[in-house]
Amino acid sequence: MDPMYTHISQQYNAELEDIRSKVLQMGGLVEQQIDQALQALVKGDVALGEAVIMDDTKVNSMEVAIDEECSQIIARRQPAASDLRLVVAVIKTITDLERIGDEAEKIARMAVRLAGDERPKNNYAEIHSLGMHVRTMVHNALDAFARVDIEAAFNVAREDRKVDEQYEAVIRQLITVMMEDPRTITRVLNVIWAARALERIGDHASNLCEYIVFLVKGKDVRHTSLEQVEKEILGRSSGG
Amino acid sequence: MLEVPKASLSARTPHTGPETTRLKAEVRQLNFYYSGGVHALKDINLTLAEHQVTALIGPSGCGKSTFLRCFNRMHDLYPNNKYVGEIVMHPDNTNILGPKVDPIEVRMRISMVFQKPNPFPKSIYENVAYGLRVRGMRRRSQLDDKVEQALRGAALWEEVKDRLNDLAFNLSGGQQQRLCIARALATDPEILLFDEPTSALDPIATASIEELIHELKEKVTILIVTHNMQQAARVSDYTAFMHLGELVEFGDTDQIFTNPRQKRTEDYITGRYG
Repeated sequence: MDPMYTHISQQYNAELEDIRSKVLQMGGLVEQQIDQALQALVKGDVALGEAVIMDDTKVNSMEVAIDEECSQIIARRQPAASDLRLVVAVIKTITDLERIGDEAEKIARMAVRLAGDERPKNNYAEIHSLGMHVRTMVHNALDAFARVDIEAAFNVAREDRKVDEQYEAVIRQLITVMMEDPRTITRVLNVIWAARALERIGDHASNLCEYIVFLVKGKDVRHTSLEQVEKEILGRSSGG
Repeated sequence: MLEVPKASLSARTPHTGPETTRLKAEVRQLNFYYSGGVHALKDINLTLAEHQVTALIGPSGCGKSTFLRCFNRMHDLYPNNKYVGEIVMHPDNTNILGPKVDPIEVRMRISMVFQKPNPFPKSIYENVAYGLRVRGMRRRSQLDDKVEQALRGAALWEEVKDRLNDLAFNLSGGQQQRLCIARALATDPEILLFDEPTSALDPIATASIEELIHELKEKVTILIVTHNMQQAARVSDYTAFMHLGELVEFGDTDQIFTNPRQKRTEDYITGRYG
């Protein structure tokens, strides 16, 4: 039996299982939002972009509902040790998921705005590629949460470096476009906003991983370098 | 050598003292056998930090109360109970379990408050004055001072100052328990033992006793047994978890309740099957 659900109170087991599964549901919705916002951008699909903007309220209301449930558990159960860490990790996780949802909404707004403009030859391939990268990070972070897998969490956190590099490269490329043809500046600035939103999603995904480390090890690893964390938690140097 | 880092709880609440605290008592390899041969405590090693609260938690029958009672030699009241190991009090390094040490002397230094309030069938005043009289204090003015001081220390003075000659049984349960604390304080003990002090009280009386425990640690070192884990989390600086006569884990209360190291501790405090 999963040690998470061996409380004497079956009701308590059910409550903890419920917040855990709702986080994954919310995560699934957020992933879908990123996906569709990217589709809207690449295909210039205004209707899809508007649907993403509308659906952000669903993400928001899930955050509120899970938050409320966590408060109830704290008030009624006074969770301790790993249960307490689960509830705290969930509260933090949903805040980041909600922000990821906001970033997806921003991308959708840019998609709607860019839909009427002239499209570049590569059809925003670089943005799409960056987008798929961060979407995978979010997916894997949620997977690591579901399986309480600290190794997988580290793998995701490590990806954020690559996302940052990819983002820098995209920005350099876009700056070149603007320098070559200043008439593109208005449009490219919108593209930069979308790239920026994707980069932020990567940051939020790596925050999710920090909460998994807290959940498993009881250590707060925010504001600590990845190398430092790996050395302390896994007792090895980075990448090993 | 006799200093330990202050528990994080005290670091969190404002205090101006040093960052380390002295040890008040050390339990070394303590074993205890009841007269029937039951091995109730197994190789217990524990330290009590001076002016700090240490909580003992654990399921029924784990030996918490047995352990607490070793501190004031209560087990001596029955024949054939056997202590092995020592409990050393500082700064004088007296092993209070030593055969040459008078249990009465030990109980002067270490007082106890029980689960159910158990005042003597006497007046409020006489309850507090009793221990002082036993010690030979006779002068009325001196007794008056001490009684007032103890009642103030137990946060009961304002409620009873006009009715000191009333029978103690006329007080409410919470007041009776505070009277028992005043009685324990009157003889200026160094360590105060609490055995489930609030399990018979309502939440308001419980809160006032907990507040009192917090104030009392200025004067005494406290060891408390409680079944209420949230209470242990609220009032203590250090927590010890016992199971089947063993000390499973001992550490900062903050750490025990957020990130215990032993699985048995985790299972107990989170309410899982052990």
